[in-house]
Formats: sequence, structure tokens, C-alpha cells
Amino acid sequence: MDRKLLPSRCPLGTMSNNLRILCGDSSLELSKYQDQQFGGDNDEQEKLLKDSSTLYVGNLSFYTTEEQIYKLFSRCGDVKNVFMGLDKIKKTACGFCFVEYHNRFDAESAMLFLNGTCLDDHTTCTDWDLGFREGRQYSHHQSGGQIRNEFREDSDICRGGFGKQAQAHDRRGIH
Amino acid sequence: MIRQLKESLKANNYNEAVYLVRFLSDLVNCHVIAAPSMVAMFENFVSVTQEEDVPQVRRDWYVYAFLSSLPWVGKELYEKKDAEMDRIFANTESYLKRRQKTHVPMLQVWTAEKPHPQEEYLDCLWAQIQKLKKDRWQERHILRPYLAFDSILCEALQHNLPPFTPPPHTEDSVYPMPRVIFRMFDYTDDPEGPVMPGSHSVERFVIEENLHCIIKSHWKERKTCAAQLVSYPGKNKIPLNYHIVEVIFAELFQLPAPPHIDVMYTTLLIELCKLQPGSLPQVLAQATEMLYMRLDTMNTTCVDRFINWFSHHLSNFQFRWSWEDWSDCLTQDPESPKPKFVREVLEKCMRLSYHQRILDIVPPTFSALCPANPTCIYKYGDESSNSLPGHSVALCLAVAFKSKATNDEIFSILKDVPNPNQDDDDDEGFSFNPLKIEVFVQTLLHLAAKSFSHSFSALAKFHEVFKTLAESDEGKLHVLRVMFEVWRNHPQMIAVLVDKMIRTQIVDCAAVANWIFSSELSRDFTRLFVWEILHSTIRKMNKHVLKIQKELEEAKEKLARQHKRRSDDDDRSSDRKDGALEEQIERLQEKVESAQSEQKNLFLVIFQRFIMILTEHLVRCETDGTSVLTPWYKNCIERLQQIFLQHHQIIQQYMVTLENLLFTAELDPHILAVFQQFCALQA
Repeated sequence: MDRKLLPSRCPLGTMSNNLRILCGDSSLELSKYQDQQFGGDNDEQEKLLKDSSTLYVGNLSFYTTEEQIYKLFSRCGDVKNVFMGLDKIKKTACGFCFVEYHNRFDAESAMLFLNGTCLDDHTTCTDWDLGFREGRQYSHHQSGGQIRNEFREDSDICRGGFGKQAQAHDRRGIH
Repeated sequence: MIRQLKESLKANNYNEAVYLVRFLSDLVNCHVIAAPSMVAMFENFVSVTQEEDVPQVRRDWYVYAFLSSLPWVGKELYEKKDAEMDRIFANTESYLKRRQKTHVPMLQVWTAEKPHPQEEYLDCLWAQIQKLKKDRWQERHILRPYLAFDSILCEALQHNLPPFTPPPHTEDSVYPMPRVIFRMFDYTDDPEGPVMPGSHSVERFVIEENLHCIIKSHWKERKTCAAQLVSYPGKNKIPLNYHIVEVIFAELFQLPAPPHIDVMYTTLLIELCKLQPGSLPQVLAQATEMLYMRLDTMNTTCVDRFINWFSHHLSNFQFRWSWEDWSDCLTQDPESPKPKFVREVLEKCMRLSYHQRILDIVPPTFSALCPANPTCIYKYGDESSNSLPGHSVALCLAVAFKSKATNDEIFSILKDVPNPNQDDDDDEGFSFNPLKIEVFVQTLLHLAAKSFSHSFSALAKFHEVFKTLAESDEGKLHVLRVMFEVWRNHPQMIAVLVDKMIRTQIVDCAAVANWIFSSELSRDFTRLFVWEILHSTIRKMNKHVLKIQKELEEAKEKLARQHKRRSDDDDRSSDRKDGALEEQIERLQEKVESAQSEQKNLFLVIFQRFIMILTEHLVRCETDGTSVLTPWYKNCIERLQQIFLQHHQIIQQYMVTLENLLFTAELDPHILAVFQQFCALQA
């Protein structure tokens, strides 16, 4: 039977949806982020991510310490390493980090249960990462901070106030 | 389906088996399966209770499978075959009366019977089924869609189930653990809403079963799970939020272990609060209050989980809580459960934020319970330390560390440190010298105090010095002692340092165990961080053994594959390849044996130390004529229980040794009881 001919409210459609919920772990799927500085191709990147035990953690307050991150992420297993993200120019905390576990299973627990919960009154955002290498702790944007922080429109005192672009606009009197 | 059922049972997949039995029961309701054949199957189930020389947990499961299907199909079976059913009932009843329940105290969340008795799961289910029978099998919560089609279905051809013989008990059979039913609410807790079904009503059983089932299906997807829970069919007839909260806490506090990882329940409850902001948070607050009120009789392991849950939960809601409501704990003995609970919660909250924040969120009256500022204590730091032995060496080391000295340079500075323990130095080099360890560890940790990463770098850079100084058992113990002196205000730092030291083999697991039971730690013996460290240490040991066992298995499989290829190809050159692999297997075999022996030794050390301190306490109380049941004792004996429960699978292997060597009949009955309860768990 041609799928296109089935009415949209056909139970088969919703059943496959339900089956997918029961079988899949959508919270563990890869996000759309692709590391532009990765040397290999996208397939390679995907494969590494699927085996990774390292998570990128974003939207942190600039004041969040390594200790706090250890404490929160230890809820899912022993943490092997935490690499704090640094502003490329100022070398100060700029709101992200990498958390590495000893095994994949613990990292998966963190993706399932810590992603989207609070740390230091900020809703953390976790994502799979390729694994820490020296240099990756520095943010990419030219002005020093993270790209996502550049374009943030709301004010977050713990992440430098308004996003850099918004601040620039402010200075020029544009709202 | 019967074959599927047999396979599930053989594969120790008992959850699946229960659902299959229940499904078959519902097929009886749909007139697909003939009732008499179902009755015959249940007869066979219950006849397992007559088997001899099998674990009680095996008989228990078959009785459970029978009883738990009755809410679905009891009515139909009784209508068709009441005489047979009565007989099965009588057999069940006599079994339930004669089965032993030594294991129950170990699995109860509270030791008190009030306000809600903590019943063994089969006893509770039996009471519920009895009541259902008395009510003539009237049950209103299960969805029965087949009723609407009864006129058509009753015309259908019925099938008989083939005769079902339960698969026999084997060495590999592992049956589900017994449980205690967790109850914290009754109808008085929600006077305004719909009435909560009583603890012995079958409705309570069905609702709880269904909610547990939803969690089991969706625990990995918290948004779906929360949505499914709050849209439970028939929710208008019951105080659903109360049931949900009770079921979630039932799982979180389940002994030996929750069905899923602890942190899942925290996030699920947060999700539920977001989904029902007008009603669920209030029920949760009420539940928290009730749990606090009953802390005095709550099992220590459950209190640990309560602490972890509550602190993590608060961190998601800006730590807002009405602490004044708990002012009663301020006037109690600081070692009693309520003040201890508040202290531990505040300490955990601090780890998720920072020291000043905690001082800000509690009323000033609570400052005594606030954690210490997590600063480093350096004994050579101020002028008064001039007179301390080793002071000059410490200063020397500090300069060396700051100018990026190498391991060799550090060794040469330490060579001149006198050994307070002996008059002439054992000039083999570095025998156990506590002063050397003291100056080195104090100075290094002080300089690396800035963050965890700094401390880890320090451990890595001077690994060689550490290994040499800590070569002997006394050395290892002393390293831990000194580290503890430096960081006693910062339990989190202590925990991560111990973890790193084990992983880099500066200390071993047995050293950590001995350190925990040493006199230096007696003041902090009842604090949560000590037990977190011990259990983490045991887990590392367990994982290590598993890892090497896996390597051995893989090597053996590789060899088997090579042999098979050789027999297929008849290739002479693979003889040499075999040799290398066989050698590797032999080495791995030795490694496995050595690891398993270390693991067994670790448990024996821990049990031995427990027995020593508990016996000391019991003897002292007897001579002084004081009561044994102090808060310290309750904590200690429950910590012993916790070792058994959290690592029961491994400890099962040591039963004979434990019985003959440590938990002998001469032991004080208080301590022996813990061991006997543990034996009863899978007996």
C-alpha cells in the first residue's frame, strides 16, 4: 500500500511513532552540531561520536567551578576528567566545558538525565563530543568567547550580560 | 507463547514472564483460552511450593505469578472452576504461612510499623487478593475492552493451553529478590481529593503495578514518562499525584537497589513538577516533610538516597525551602538522624553551588549545621610551625615545586629527612618514613590546592615519588592520613583524590578500607562522604576484576577461533601463533586469580573491621550497663547491612568463608543477625 494514500490519522502511523518511542532513545541521538575543525569527514565524525564517552556541556555560568561540575556529573558515574572551556583571548571561563567519563554507559546516563537540568541556576545543555584534545578548550569566536554567546539576545549576568552582538548594537544605539 | 514463557524463565527474565502470564490471563477473559486449562497451569505453578531443596525465592516467584494475575482473571476462573481454585488457594495459604521471613528487616525502609506497616510483598499481595475474593472479585480499575465485545467473543472457539511444567531449578537460575512494599500515604493525607484506595485493596495493587510499568517502559525518556504518568486513565477517581509520588519514592528507596539509576528519579520528579506546577510540587513538599518527620527510623541507605535526591532537587529550584519548619532539629543531639540529615543536605547543596550561598539560604539559627568552608589546611604555613619537625624541608620542597623540579630533585631533598621511627636509616633507600610522607604530601597538596585539575596534575607529575614513599602498607595508610589532614574541610576533594590515587596505584583498595576504619577517621565515621568513598572503592575493585575476566574470555575465544581455523585449513604455521596466545591466556589467568584474590581480601578486611568495632561497642555497653541502640550503633550496623546489600552478587561467592571464618556462631547475635538476614535473601 502506498504510504502517501494512508490518511494522516491512520493508527499505523501513530503506532510506528509509539514503537519508535519504545525502541529508540531519542535523547541519545546526535545533534546537528558538527565540529568544523575536525580533520576527517562527517561519517568518521559520526562514528567517533557514537562511541564517545566525552560530553560537551554548554550554557554554564562563567562562575561555575570545576568542583560543581564534578559534583553534578558524578551523579551518573565516576568522572574521569573535566576540561573547562576558556575564552581564547582572556583565558578565563566562558561558560562551557568537556566532561569525560570512564565508560560510554555513564556518559549516556548524563545525556539522558542531566541534559536540560540546572547547574548554578542555568539550564545546562549537553551534547556528544569527539573527545578532548589540547586546544579544544578554547572558544572559536574571534572576539574570544563562544559563538552562541555572541548572538544571545537576553541578558545573563553570569555569562557576560547581553550577547556580544547585542552589546555592540547597544553601543551603536541600535535596538 | 508457552514456549516464550519457558524461554523467559530459563533466561532468568522474570519481569517478562510475569507479563506473559498476565497476558495469557487476559486471553482467558477474551474467551481465547479456556479457563480450565489456565487453572491447570496455575495448579502447576503453585505445586512448585512442594518442591524440596530449592531456594525459597523460586517458590515465591511462582506464587507471585499466580496471585498477581488474579485481579485480571480471578473472576472468570472462579466462576468456572471454583473447587479447583479453592484448592490452589489453600495450598498457597499454607505455603505463605510456613515460608520464612528472616530477610524482611533488611529490606524495610523504616524500622517502625507506624504509621504504615512495611509489609513483605507476598504478604501484602495475599491480603489484597483475599479482600478481592471477599468482594466477589469486583475490580474496577483494569481496562477491560473485551467486555464491550463479549457477545461476539463468547461465541469464539476456545483453545486449551498445553500443559505447562515449570522449568526445573538449575545452578544458573537467579530469581528476583524479595521486596517490601513501600507505603507512605493513605486516604488521610489528601482529605479534599478522591479517596486513596486502602493498602490491602486490589485497586492499590493495580494502580501501583501500572505506574511501575509506565516507569519501566519510559524511564529513559523523562518527558514521555512524565506525560504518560499524568495521563493515567481513570485519574479522576484517584489522587493520582499521591500515587505517582509514592511509586517514585518506592523505587528510589527500594532495597537492595532501585530498579534504575538514582538520578533518573530526580529528573523525573523535576519534569513532573514542570508538567503539573499547580499540584505536584505541593504533594512533593508534603512527601518531603513526611520523610523528614520519620528520619529517626529510616534505614541509613535510604537516608543517603533521600539526601542525594533532596539536595539535587533543591539545586534546580534555587534552593528554596522553608528551613524554619525544621528548627526542631537544632535542639537535638547532633548525631541523631534529623540534624545529621540537614547537615549532609547542606553539604551537598554547597558542592552544587558555593559556601556563601549556603549561608545565605538558611536562617541564621541554622549556621551550626552549615558545612565548613572547604579550605586547605597546611601545617607548615604560618610562623608557629617553625618548630615542627621537617619544617625546613617543607620550605625547601615548596621552592623546588614552584621552580618545576623533577622527581629526582625531590628525592634528593627528601633524602635528608630523618626518620622518627628508627635510629639508623635503613639505607636501602626509602623504608617507611612518616615524616618524609608528611612534608612531601602536605606541601604538594597545598601548592596544588587551587582546583581538582591542579591536584591531579601534581599527582601525575610526582607519581614516582608517591609510589616510592607509599610502597609499604604503612606508607599507603600514611599518605591517606596526611591527605585527610590537609583536606578535612573539603570532603569532595578527599573523595576525588582517593579515586585518583587508586586509579594510579599509589594506594590500593585494602589501604583505603583500613584507613576508613582507622582511629583518625572515627570522628567522621558516620558522615556520608566516608561511605561514598568506601563503596566507590569496592566498585572500582569489582570493575577491575570484570575487566580482566573479559580480557581472558576474549583471548580464549580468539584461541578457539584459531583452532577451528586450523582444523579447517590444516596450516602448520599457526602452531607458533597458538603458543603466543596460550602464553597470553596463562598470564591473564594469573592476573584474574590475583585480582579475584585481592577482591575477596578487600571484603574480608571490611567485614573484619566492622565486626571489631561493633563488638567493641557491644561489650562496652554491656559493661557500662547502657543501651546498645545509640545513633552511632544504628548507623554502623546499617552500614554493615549496606555492604551486603549493595554488593550481594559478589559476596554470595564468599558465603562459606564468611560463615566459617567471620560470622561464626560465637559472634554477638546482633551482628550475626545481619549475616543471617543476608543469607535469607536468596535462600
